Formats: sequence, C-alpha cells, structure tokens
Amino acid sequence: MHPTVTTRTRASGITAVVAVLLIIAAIALPTVADRGVIKDLFFILTMLTLAQYWNLLAGYGGLVSVGQQAFVGLGAYGLFGAAIAWGMDPVLALPLGGVFALIIAIPTAFFAFRLAGAYFAIGTWVVAEVVRLSVAQWKAVGGGTGTSLPRGVQTDMTGTALVESLFGIRSAAAQDVVAFWLALALAVLTIGGIYLMLRSKAGLALAAVRDNAEAARSVGVNAVRMKWVVYLAAAFGTGLTGALIYLQKGRISPDAAFSVTDWTAYVVFIVVIGGIGTIEGPIIGIVVFFVLQTLFADYGSTYLLALGLIGVLVMLFAPRGIWGLISERTGLQFFPIRRTLHVPRGSGRKAGP
Amino acid sequence: MSLDTIVQGILLGGLYTLFAAGLSLVFGIMRLVNLAHGDLIVMGAYLILLLVGALGLNPFLAALIAAPLMFALGWALQRLVLNRVLGPDILPPLLVTFGLSIVVQNGLLMGFTADSQRISAGALETASVDLGPVTLGIMPLLTFGSAIAVILVLNWIFYRTALGRAFRATSDDPVTASLMGIRPKAIFAQATGLAMVIVTIAALYLGMRANFDPTIGPARLIYAFEAVIIGGLGSLWGTLAGGIIIGVAQTLGAAVNPEWQILAGHIAFLAVLLVRPRGLFPRAFD
Amino acid sequence: MTLLQTRGLTARYGDFQALFGVDIALEKGECVAIIGANGAGKTTLMRSISGVLSNAPDQIVFDGQPIGALPADAVMARGIAMVPEGRRLFPSLTVEENLLIGAHGRKVAGPWTLAAIYGLFPILKERRSNPGTALSGGQQQMVAIGRALMSNPRVILCDELSLGLAPVVIRDIYAALPRIREGGASVIIVEQDIGQALKVADRVYCMMEGRVTLSGRPADLTRDAIHDAYFGALA
Repeated sequence: MHPTVTTRTRASGITAVVAVLLIIAAIALPTVADRGVIKDLFFILTMLTLAQYWNLLAGYGGLVSVGQQAFVGLGAYGLFGAAIAWGMDPVLALPLGGVFALIIAIPTAFFAFRLAGAYFAIGTWVVAEVVRLSVAQWKAVGGGTGTSLPRGVQTDMTGTALVESLFGIRSAAAQDVVAFWLALALAVLTIGGIYLMLRSKAGLALAAVRDNAEAARSVGVNAVRMKWVVYLAAAFGTGLTGALIYLQKGRISPDAAFSVTDWTAYVVFIVVIGGIGTIEGPIIGIVVFFVLQTLFADYGSTYLLALGLIGVLVMLFAPRGIWGLISERTGLQFFPIRRTLHVPRGSGRKAGP
Repeated sequence: MSLDTIVQGILLGGLYTLFAAGLSLVFGIMRLVNLAHGDLIVMGAYLILLLVGALGLNPFLAALIAAPLMFALGWALQRLVLNRVLGPDILPPLLVTFGLSIVVQNGLLMGFTADSQRISAGALETASVDLGPVTLGIMPLLTFGSAIAVILVLNWIFYRTALGRAFRATSDDPVTASLMGIRPKAIFAQATGLAMVIVTIAALYLGMRANFDPTIGPARLIYAFEAVIIGGLGSLWGTLAGGIIIGVAQTLGAAVNPEWQILAGHIAFLAVLLVRPRGLFPRAFD
Repeated sequence: MTLLQTRGLTARYGDFQALFGVDIALEKGECVAIIGANGAGKTTLMRSISGVLSNAPDQIVFDGQPIGALPADAVMARGIAMVPEGRRLFPSLTVEENLLIGAHGRKVAGPWTLAAIYGLFPILKERRSNPGTALSGGQQQMVAIGRALMSNPRVILCDELSLGLAPVVIRDIYAALPRIREGGASVIIVEQDIGQALKVADRVYCMMEGRVTLSGRPADLTRDAIHDAYFGALA
C-alpha cells in the first residue's frame, strides 16, 4: 500500500453535514422569515462572498489590493448597462457583470503587476480611482449622479413571478427573495470553489508562491501565471457579487459603487477580524461585523473610528484573527487544507514529519 | 496648451513633491508605505488651523510650532505601533496603516465636522508677480521653493551627516547596521519623525492653497505615491520630477476640460508605469 | 586573563538547534581560530557572540560581564567588533563612509583612526570615494576589517576572511593581522582554510555539527586528529 495524502479531518466531515443542513434551511427560509431578515441575510451573504474573494487574493495569493471596489462597481455597471441598453433581464445579466469586470481587469493587472508589495496595493487604488472617474463620464448610465434600473425590467426579473405566486407576496418583496437565493447560491459556490481549489494542486502551488516565490519557481510553479489567475478570478467573482448587490439595490452611482469604505474597508475588516488566510475566518468576521454594524452604525464617525482601531489592534496583537486564536488553541479546522501524510504501518519506512 | 498652463503645472508639482517627499523618505529607509500618509497631511493642516485660531499666529509661525509636535507624533507612532509590524510580511504594515487612515479620518470628522476649512494667509493668497509672458502667484512660488528647499535639506542630511549615513546603512542592511552600533528601530522612529516634519510643511501649503476637509487624505496619498513611482524609488530629485509631471499633466488636462484634471494625472502615471516600471531615476539596486 | 568566554552556549533557529553547549575562551592578546566544515556552527557562534542572535545572558561572558542577551549595538559598544561573513559592506555608502560608520556606536580613543586605517591598507585611500561595493573582493575585505577597527575594539571577530578570495589576496589580508594585534585587539578568526588558521592562531577550536570536537595549540594537534574532528571519524 502506498502512503496517501489527505486533507480530511473529523471536524471537516461534520462540517460538511452541517453545511448541507444549513443550506437546505436557508433555501426554505423565505417561507417563515420576514422581509427584513431576508435583506439582512442578503447583506451578510454578499459581504461574506466579497470577503472570501479578497481573502483569496491577499490571504492566499499574497496580493494585497485596496482597489477591489473597482470590480464591485464594474460588475454593477455592467449589469445596469445591459439592462438599460438592451433591456436585458437583470438576473440573466448577472454573469455579464462578472465578465465586464473580468475584461477590464486584464489591462489593470498588466499595470498593477508592474508594482510590488505595498506599492502594488496603492496601484490597485489608483486603478480603482481611474475606473471611477472614467465611469463617471459614461452618460448612458447616468454619469456622475448615477441612475436606476428601468422599472419594468426590475419587476419582471426571472423568478419574481414564481416567488410572488409561491409566497403570495408583492413584487418588491419577491425581488428580495430572488436576490437572497442568488446570494446564497453565489456564496456557496464561492466558498465551495475556493475550498476545492485550495485542496487541489493549484492551491498548493498558490501557497508556495505566497510563501516563497523564488523557491516555488525553482520547483516549476509558474508564479506569474498563478498571480494572474488569482487576480482575474477574484475580479470576476467580485464583479459578479457587485452586480448582484446593485441588482438588489436597484439604484447606482459612481461614488456608491466604487466606495472604498463599503467595498474595501469593511471587507478588509471582516477578513482581518475573522482571520486572514483561512476560509473560516471571513465567516466569523461577517458575523462580528454584522453585529457591530447593527448595533453601532448609527454612531457614524465614532463607529468607523472604532472599527479602524479594532482592526489596528487585532493586527498588532492577534494578527491571525479570531479564528486564528481558536484554531491555535484547539487545532480545529472546519475547512482543512493542510495536507497530512498517512503512511500505512509495516511499509518499512520512517514516518514523515 | 499655453506657457502659463505649463508653468502653473510645474508650480503645482512643488506641492505634490512636498506630499511625496515624506513618503519617499520612509519607504527608502524601511520599505514601509504608510497608507495613512495623506490623512496625516490633512491632520497637520487641522493642527496648524488650531494653532492659528488659538494663538492668533500667522500660519508660518503656527507651522513652526506644529512641526516638533508632528515630529513627536511620528516618532511615537513608529516606536509604539509601526515598529511592531515591520518585517518580511507586507500585510501587517499595510493593514495597520490602512486602519490608521480610517482612524485619523474619522477622528478628524468627529473633532472638526465635515465642513470645509481653509488656513487664511491674508494678502499672500492672491499676491502675484508679473514676469512678462507669465504671471506667477506668490503662494505657488513659495510652495515650489519650499519643495526645493526640503529636497536640498534632505539630501544634505542623507549625504553629509552621520545621521544620514546611519539612515542609508540601515536602509541597506539593518542587521549589519546593528553591528555598527546603530539601533534600527530608533533610526526608523527618527525617520518617521522627520517625515512628519515634511508632512507639516506640506500641510501648511495644502491648507493655505485650497479648502480642505477630513476626507481628502486618500487622494493626496495617491498623488504622493504617483510622484514617488514616476521619479523612481530612492531618488529625491526623482520625486521632484515625478511631482512636476503629475502637476503638469493635471493642469494640461484641466485646460482641456476641468472634469479631466485628476484623470489626466492618473493617466500620466500609468503611461510612465508602462514604459518605465522602475521610474525615471531608480536606484541602481534595491 | 580570560577576556571572552562562552559557557555551554546553545542556539537555535526555530526548531533547529545549531549549537549544543559550546565552550570557548579567548585570553587577552590571543588569536584564536575556529575551524570546521560548512554548517558546523561557526557563524552561528559568531552571531551569538556579536549579539545578532540572542542567547541566555550567562552563556557569553565578556570582561566578567554576562552579555549573552544583549543586542548587537550594545555588544559593539562594549568593544566587540565583527567583520561579517561575506563582508556585508553598505552599497549606499562610499568606502570612506563605510569606514566612518564603523565607529558609529563606539567612539573611543585608540590607535585606529581613519588615517591609521589608510596607513594599514593604502589602496583604500585611493578608492575612498567609490561606492563600498564597487571594489574587488580583497579590497572589500580590507574595508570590512577597517570598518571593524574604527571602533578600537578590544575583541575583533573575523568570519571567513578568505571566502571567495584568491590565495595571493588572502596572504595580503592576513599580513595585516599582526598589526591589528599590536593595536591591542584580541582576535577570533573563523576559517574553512585550515592551513591559514593554523599559521596565525595561538589556539584552535574545531567544530562539527554544533559542538567543539577538538581544541589545542596548533603545534600540539596532529593532522589526523584535526581531520577526524573536522569531518567526523567516519568520513
């Protein structure tokens, strides 16, 4: 018998079962929950998805971007553009938003990758600013003041009719339910996809590049290509999520869609508090963030200042976040990606590290 | 595209150079990019405003008093916070300074509200000198002159003093520098303190030149950063060149269409990045 | 009088232990050589003594004082200077600035001034305004030695002086050693070149895998004993 490499742990097996149960429960939720809860969950799921993509980029890919808001906005504007120019059903236009963000991401990557480290970070911010300023010149989608989704297009979205009859609710509430289900699907696909990728050879290569690009290159990993793949994947995913977020809002403007605070500061906070470089981290982070947001967002600047301060303190004293603390104490991994070598007994060789 | 536009752009470049010089200094010595840099400039402007209001001083004197206060602040920031996160991993310093940026912005919002402010400079604001083909504002001239002076002084410090030797040695090799009796953490604190003095000067001219409010910090950071990249890491005169290029690009863009001013600057930056990723005057090694 | 000694010195890099209870001693005025193959722990020993690595305070004693836990700048201020492995000159500094910075943390009157260093290595005076790293390997080694001497140290640690240098150049470098000792410094040299080490040292320690495997006066040590201590008895 050969030695095998596995990533499964007992906790992960339980997690898989629990996750499936939670997803089933979530799908059924609109039958009992009121509209406010659905909207809150939509917010949680979409922010979680954004956080997972930022985490993929920075935590696993080592590419710290403070410009992901560019792709949130691009995805959203792609959706609005398709809906306004072609009267396209927004639900069907969602992938277009992602694709639009992806297409623009290619030249931006070209520029951004000419910079390294901290300067790459600011470079992504410059790119986001250029995108924002350029989109603000796009008169067809309202220029600097923004625009709304055409009324008919919104109310006739795929699925709303079904939901309206299923639950006996009005169009606006039905739109929220449809958006919620889409957000759920996106979150599940994102987390599942990232988890599977990290468990694959590509994920191992990514970790190698992040830890030591030179060494990774020396064993044949194409570091440059990995960075491109991760950057573009994150751009597409972020764009898709942005499109969905603004599909639900129904109204867009450049300052909102490209907001650093909403789409980068909060996202970074979620990942940092929860635990960067882990899949579990952003899940904890969004819960903490949602509680804080619900309780204190009314305090405006004081609240934001506190968030910033908490973020700084966490980075200083608990850089691996809440999940890092838990994981260190208990060794728990719900989404294990660390590979362990199992050497069958009696094979005559010394056990590995 | 008149001579006047270009000259205005060059003078504007002086302001951007002042924004950038502190950033360049700190990155050169400790490879740290402080994402709160722009917000600290704005904070300096508010500090000067406070001193002017409280003590009835003219802005230049207020800046003179603010400078050592800002030095101490930078020194403490480095000592207590940033020295803890410096290391091979770039993530912690980025995230800490990003958090800091949010703290400073919102702290200023809480303390001073979102109202636009301006540091009054009296007659100086509109004074100008007529040089025939162009008329130059005294304020932009002073700004540009200050930028040149700052760079001259920084170069003097770096290349003619023991402190400057220590800065350069620590930048090259902190471990071997410690074998020479240098304490890198102390050097870093002094460097950040010095950078804050330059920030104070930048804040003075920022505040006198136009209205400011707590949220304009990130845009200043971006201009500063662009100037440093265009100039090339490690070159102070390069930073001046970078500042001028951004300034001229912006004024030329504004002359075509006022809405295009900022975008024009970004495009100039991207263009340089495309053909000269290491900048115009990069250090030979890094 | 024992100027510098280590007592049961241990050192680790994370999980990896590099030194297992090393005892060496340096008497005032002596030249001691540490020899051993790559990975034996010689440079770790130097880094421990110079303060780059932190150890338990009592494991390194200098002039009767425990210095094991002191950082490099404090150790240097007390008079232990290092010529690092690979020279490690500062590329942003000129030759003269590299020399000057050697005295940054310790300004003590003594025989070694800038003029005296130029007297020891005249070629450096010609090259004083060149960037530190724009010199040949041998000249860089001279600068590194001069840099260490500028603090008028009581102990000078020389880590692999001959690394990457041609035999002729190595001879020139080592020719400066007597004058360095005359100036009052006691010397520890780390060498892979056994012949060179035995020529200049009063006493020799041989290390292997983090332990001292042999010590004594060069005259008292046989080639076979050194060979076994250097490579290990099974080699």
